[in-house]
Amino acid sequence: MATKQILSPLPGTFYRKPSPDEPPFKADGDSVAEGDVIGLIEVMKSFHEVKAEVAGSNVKFIAENEDAVMAGAPLAEVDG
Amino acid sequence: MTIQKLLIANRGEIAVRIIRAARELGIRTVQVHSDADTESLAVLVADEAVNIGPPPAAKSYLNIDALLKVAADTGCDAVHPGYGFLAENAGFADAVAAAGLTFVGPSGDAIRLMGDKVSARKAAMKAGVPTVPGSEGRVESEDEAKKVIADIGFPAMIKAAAGGGGRGIRIVQDKEEFDRMLPQARAEAQAAFGDGGLYIEKVITKARHIEVQVLADGDRAVHCYERECSLQRRRQKVWEEAPAMNLPEEVRESLCASAVALAEAVNYKGAGTVEYLYDDEAQEFYFIEMNTRIQVEHPVTEWVTGLDLVREMLRIAGGEPLRFSQSDIALSGHAIEVRLNAEDPANNFMPFPGQVADLRIPGGPGVRFDSMLYSGYQIPPFYDSLLAKLVVWDEDRNAAIDRLDRALGELEIGGLKTTKPLFRALAADATVRQGDFHTRWLEQWLETNASKLT
Repeated sequence: MATKQILSPLPGTFYRKPSPDEPPFKADGDSVAEGDVIGLIEVMKSFHEVKAEVAGSNVKFIAENEDAVMAGAPLAEVDG
Repeated sequence: MTIQKLLIANRGEIAVRIIRAARELGIRTVQVHSDADTESLAVLVADEAVNIGPPPAAKSYLNIDALLKVAADTGCDAVHPGYGFLAENAGFADAVAAAGLTFVGPSGDAIRLMGDKVSARKAAMKAGVPTVPGSEGRVESEDEAKKVIADIGFPAMIKAAAGGGGRGIRIVQDKEEFDRMLPQARAEAQAAFGDGGLYIEKVITKARHIEVQVLADGDRAVHCYERECSLQRRRQKVWEEAPAMNLPEEVRESLCASAVALAEAVNYKGAGTVEYLYDDEAQEFYFIEMNTRIQVEHPVTEWVTGLDLVREMLRIAGGEPLRFSQSDIALSGHAIEVRLNAEDPANNFMPFPGQVADLRIPGGPGVRFDSMLYSGYQIPPFYDSLLAKLVVWDEDRNAAIDRLDRALGELEIGGLKTTKPLFRALAADATVRQGDFHTRWLEQWLETNASKLT
């Protein structure tokens, strides 16, 4: 079983939750379908959804909530 | 008590602007910065620079304890907050003062008074400044709301008192719609915000945004005439001018006088801006709010009045009385500023941080370029997208638009997408040339023209 990475489409700040008081889009171990929103990137004060371009199970986040990330940086990986 | 050493609690082009004003007055500068800004132009040009934390603003530029510690460690006697970040945070102004430092701006109490919608509106009314017709404060019952609407007419806005940022607002066109929406708005405000209080306000459909620059020393105030800022996208100004076009002289006089009256009524100190909605057809203006800081678009005022507003802020904060009487301040010519943002106008203004390649800055008569750019600079993605402000001056508005187009033609910011194509298109637009626009005009124009802005 191969591991696939979900990459950040933009540089900025990564958020795992839609807002500070809500649960994360995906918890570690969840399954991810192609197109699922796994987090937000804040770039220059505007927010953009990160949609998974791969599908898989048992998601593990590499980037922490509020981490600064570069475009193309791996955010999470899934088994699939 | 002249300022000797100034902490700059900001970043980007405004930090560079403040350093320039300070240096000309012989004031030493300390630039704070985040991990993402170690290579910023402000850091490079300041006398000293100190790292205050990680890239997110909450952990660096908004960290009051870290800022005050740097001020103490480096022997600063004053703090300039710029705009944004902590510039209108009354708690910060109080904390700076409590640390025995000079805050370059008004008192925490003045910031608090003007920062609250209700208290600012009350202060304006008390000073005789016209406000948008509406309820005097919170409306707690439906009967009370019906009395207000009978006075102000339609269209009108029902706003949740606890709402903000455009949330909890309903526009109603007639009495039937009002009667239907009022109970809904009340129930929804209660459910969404836990507060059923409402405001009722008249909607000015084709309003222009006009604002008046004031300078005050706590005792006396003067105005530096007005700016026209109606070209906006998502309530963000993109193009500003001074003076406002198509404004009758007697309206200009009463508008500017009302701003002075408000500033003096609240014992304002420093530079401030009183913002108004202007109804072209009725030739009426209405107070919206007062910004208790220097504004992005201050250079257009500087150019038509010959004043250096940031210098005057530093002088006033250093204890000098206002150096001008009103008759010393005269208008000359016309100035226009455009905001060059790292955004792709052809792609819904998507932010476009990246590395600056070839940079060619326009020059020649009547051109000013306030920026944070240099060749090779890597624009960090963590902050506002404003890169630079291109400001032009000429004898009149027509000549200024021609000059703006000429300067934009010389400007090259390689490696990034910017809003430059938007301004070339606006400079060529007949409606912009006539000055026949209001605050909603640009968004409508973009619906048909945005895809061509490459």
